[in-house]
Order: sequence, then structure tokens, then C-alpha cells
Amino acid sequence: MQWGSWAEFWAMGGYGLYVWGSFAVTLVCMAGEMTSLVLNERAAQTRNGEQA
Amino acid sequence: MSAINWFKYSSPHSFYPLAGRMVPWFLGAAALFGITGLYVAFFVAPTDFQQGESYRIIFIHVPAAWMSMFIYLVMAGWAGAGLVFNTRLSGMMARALAPTGAMFTFLALWTGALWGKPTWGTWWVWDARLTSELILLFLYIGFLSLTAAIEDDRRADRAGAVLALVGVVNIPIIYFSVVWWNTLHQGASVSLKSAPKMATTMLLGMLLLAVAFWLYSLAAAMLRVRSIIREREPRAAAED
Repeated sequence: MQWGSWAEFWAMGGYGLYVWGSFAVTLVCMAGEMTSLVLNERAAQTRNGEQA
Repeated sequence: MSAINWFKYSSPHSFYPLAGRMVPWFLGAAALFGITGLYVAFFVAPTDFQQGESYRIIFIHVPAAWMSMFIYLVMAGWAGAGLVFNTRLSGMMARALAPTGAMFTFLALWTGALWGKPTWGTWWVWDARLTSELILLFLYIGFLSLTAAIEDDRRADRAGAVLALVGVVNIPIIYFSVVWWNTLHQGASVSLKSAPKMATTMLLGMLLLAVAFWLYSLAAAMLRVRSIIREREPRAAAED
């Protein structure tokens, strides 16, 4: 464990903007894509359920 | 004594429910590997003695770059299979993979820029590795636009397949660019021929996140192919 405090963890040794900018955008892209796919799937199942 | 009939699942009708059953498993496993990988990346892997904490971008940069190339190869493989066997599912799989591949290509470029700025002093250089990866993004966008522009689905699949197959030539160019040309980009950190040039815990975190990205891509492709089947062959999807 190399972090003395949470503030140190978020600062990333002065590279916080670069490190968190990378991880945040990756997370947003993947979560966004998966959410839209899952919502599409849910909507289709609801439609199927109503037809049956 | 009966061999498994692999072609059974090459029909949208039987693949549709199978894809649906696989999604939760892939997503669950992806989350497990992802969380473990992030833990290793931030709390186990040591600080790099040259780059300080900025190197931690490697934990998503390399897996994203691997996926961007790997998904393209799989996409081109499906596209080629579609041209050879004329199976309907092949074209659907190729088109289901393209958006996720494009996303990982964008992420490889994005995280690369954010890593380049503190370590090279620049967001971008027109060197062989970066330029060929940008061409990969254009290939994905070209494939998506071309298939979207053609009304007839099967014709769109075939046109897209030709583009995807021609573009495959770019993949070895990306991979070997750091060997063939003098570039600012470093050589491969992990190769089959030599010991990895990084600490074991760093390698572990990177591999865990690569597996997570791979499982995520499988789940995304399965969900998207189901959506495509619903659109093109509603009867194949109706019985699920």
C-alpha cells in the first residue's frame, strides 16, 4: 500500500488529471454503451411480454 | 455417437437465445475481473521509478489497444466467413462487434494522449504507431458508415465485409510499427518471445483488466447481435 491518505491517492503524485481523465472516460464509455444495450434488451423483452 | 453440430448455432434462430443466456455470465465475470484488476492497479502495483504515478494509465491503455486490434481481427474473421459460407449470422456478428471495437480504438487513442502529455510532452505525434491506430479508428468508422448507408442488409454485410478484409492489412502494421520504424512510442511491454519488461504485479493488473475488457466485449457483442436479430429476423427472436 503506497498511499498515505485519500488526498494523496486522488492526486496521483501530481498526475491526477491524466490518470483520472483516462480512467473516467473509459468508465463512462463502457458504462454508457452497456446501459444503452441493456435498456434496448429490456424494452424488447417488455414488448415480447405484452404480446404474449 | 454424434458430433456436435457447430452449424446449429450459425442460424440466428438458435443463436438468439444462446446469446441471451451468455450475457449475464460474461458481465458478471467482467465485473469480477475488472474490480480485481483495478484493485491491483491502484493498491498493489508499485509506483514506477521513472514515470511516477502517470504510468498507471498503462492498465487501461494497453488492454484497450489490444482489444481495438483483436476485435477488428474477429470482425474481419466473421466478415470473411460470411462471404465464404454466406451465413446470415456472420454479417450480423461483424456489425455487432464494430461499435465496441471503435470505442476501444478511441479509448486507446484517448488514454494514449493523456499519457503522452506528461511523459513525452505532447498529446499527439504523427508517428507510425499513433497514425496507424488512428487509421484503425477510421476503418471502424468507414465500416459502420458503409453498412449503415446500404439499405439491403445482406448487401450491406457483403460490402462491409470487403472493407473489413482489406483493412486487416493495417493490424500487423500497427503491431509491428514500433519495430519497423523509429517511433516515439515504446516497444511492446509484453511479448511471447521474452520475459515481460515490467514488474509482475504491474503485468498482473494489466492482464486482469485485459480479461475484463475481453469479457465485456463478448457481452456487448451478444447484446448487440440480439438487437440486430430482432430487427432483421423478428420471428427468430419472438420465441425466446
